[in-house]
Amino acid sequence: MTVLVIAEHDHATVKPATLNTVTAAIACGSGDVHILVAGANAAEAAAAAAKIAGVAKVIAADSASLAENLAENVAAQVLAIAGNYSHILFPATASGKNVAPRVAAKLDVAQISDITKVDSADTFERPIYAGNAIATVQSSDKIKVLTVRTTGFDAAAAEGGSASVENAEGVADSGKSSFVGREVTKSERPELTAAKIIVSGGRALGSAEKFQEVMAPLADKLGAGLGASRAAVDAGYAPNDWQVGQTGKIVAPQLYIAAGISGAIQHLAGMKDSKVIVAINKDEEAPIFSVADYGLVADLFTAVPELVKAL
Amino acid sequence: MKVLVPVKRVVDYNVKVRVKSDGTGVDIANVKMSMNPFDEIAVEEAVRLKEKGVVTEVIAVSCGEAKCQETLRTAMAIGADRGILVETSEELQPLAVAKLLKALVDKEQPQLVILGKQAIDDDANQTGQMLAALADLPQATFASKVEVAGDKVSVTREVDGGLETLRLSLPAVITTDLRLNEPRYVTLPNIMKAKKKQLDTFKPDELGVDVAPRLKTLKVAEPPKRGAGIKVPDVATLVDKLKTEAKVI
Repeated sequence: MTVLVIAEHDHATVKPATLNTVTAAIACGSGDVHILVAGANAAEAAAAAAKIAGVAKVIAADSASLAENLAENVAAQVLAIAGNYSHILFPATASGKNVAPRVAAKLDVAQISDITKVDSADTFERPIYAGNAIATVQSSDKIKVLTVRTTGFDAAAAEGGSASVENAEGVADSGKSSFVGREVTKSERPELTAAKIIVSGGRALGSAEKFQEVMAPLADKLGAGLGASRAAVDAGYAPNDWQVGQTGKIVAPQLYIAAGISGAIQHLAGMKDSKVIVAINKDEEAPIFSVADYGLVADLFTAVPELVKAL
Repeated sequence: MKVLVPVKRVVDYNVKVRVKSDGTGVDIANVKMSMNPFDEIAVEEAVRLKEKGVVTEVIAVSCGEAKCQETLRTAMAIGADRGILVETSEELQPLAVAKLLKALVDKEQPQLVILGKQAIDDDANQTGQMLAALADLPQATFASKVEVAGDKVSVTREVDGGLETLRLSLPAVITTDLRLNEPRYVTLPNIMKAKKKQLDTFKPDELGVDVAPRLKTLKVAEPPKRGAGIKVPDVATLVDKLKTEAKVI
């Protein structure tokens, strides 16, 4: 029962989501855990993966076809070795969600998305209906293809392991899709899914300028990641990858400060596992207060700057 | 060129579902049902492509019980030309739906299949990618912009860290994200017109697909409840609580 983890990486480093996925993989079976690093000139990422505690072997597939993480090629790379494994785990990130179902369909097995707990080798827990219910599902398939909700599992130690690195031949390009370009949101702030503190703003901010003017100083003061509600993103106040919620990022920081967010169930689905939640809202009936440890009924335009000063 | 748009009937996004007391599922009796919001965006996108003259026919598909006809009528009221219902009372999981759609892709030969990225009931986010794999088509998931040019389609995708753009050879599979478009409101005249549009029904075995579920749901439970905390009177108290009580800053 060897278990395979598909690494999330940028060819040079391994992304933190991989570490949580390794922990889930260890819980799946009693056998070894292998990691596939499918990339281009990604020897550094493969070396980093080999240091993750609990990993027995790194399979490094290096090919120009894997440079841009195209789903068709990455899936083919996974399928080339899939038969050796009882479980194949992807982090439930944009990239993992993109590739995993292709692998499952080609293997003719069901995929179990967003697992938050491993009950046994074939039984897993996952949230449904925006986290308003938790389903326990059992798979009868020979190979289990899983995506892992990173907030459900602790991160494995990034250092301390000494896995062997085995090179695998990279797949040929599918020829059906090509990469055109990327617009990366530049930020000095921590990534939302890895941030210890997140400061999130809602539609009440009123404009992109106000969002920056009011929320950024608080994030800077706390060294926090910046998040937003769907309403704020839809209104153009914040970039799309800041969206926290059912269909955006699922986060569980030590501290989550929601300012001007009413707390639709879709938003709560993305942040209610945070350790401590603070809500600042003018409307004392706002649903966000029902999950907040500390609620402050106040106008965010005065309360947030005051908070920045008091910290 | 034809576009196929699969649509799913789900519990309306405004409904807060309740877990049944016997733990067998969520209670959806007498609950408002609607088209999955991401699928509505998919229908809208297909109809806009038709209005631009890129597409000649928009075919909506739904898989499930007979009531999915209502969802298909909604799609046709937005502007889909006809509907296909794959009728079954079996529980359908994403792999089974992808296989049914693959059979319809073989039959209808669309150049594009546009689906919602995930359904808001099972939150699986699988069907589009599975269909693409089964039909051996390229895919662009989480689309926020779609441009067809000749035999290619350029799709801007919402990914972690920003946006990326891919170019796919047609035929291709696209799944929609929230910011692709804002679906129009359906008007009464269009609802009336939709009632007269063609709607064909198939059974899964007519399409040669085994839809038996692969996953067994053992239990559905309430998530651990998070109790409301306290209200603090002012910022100073808040900072003090965070420092001394919660010890998170």
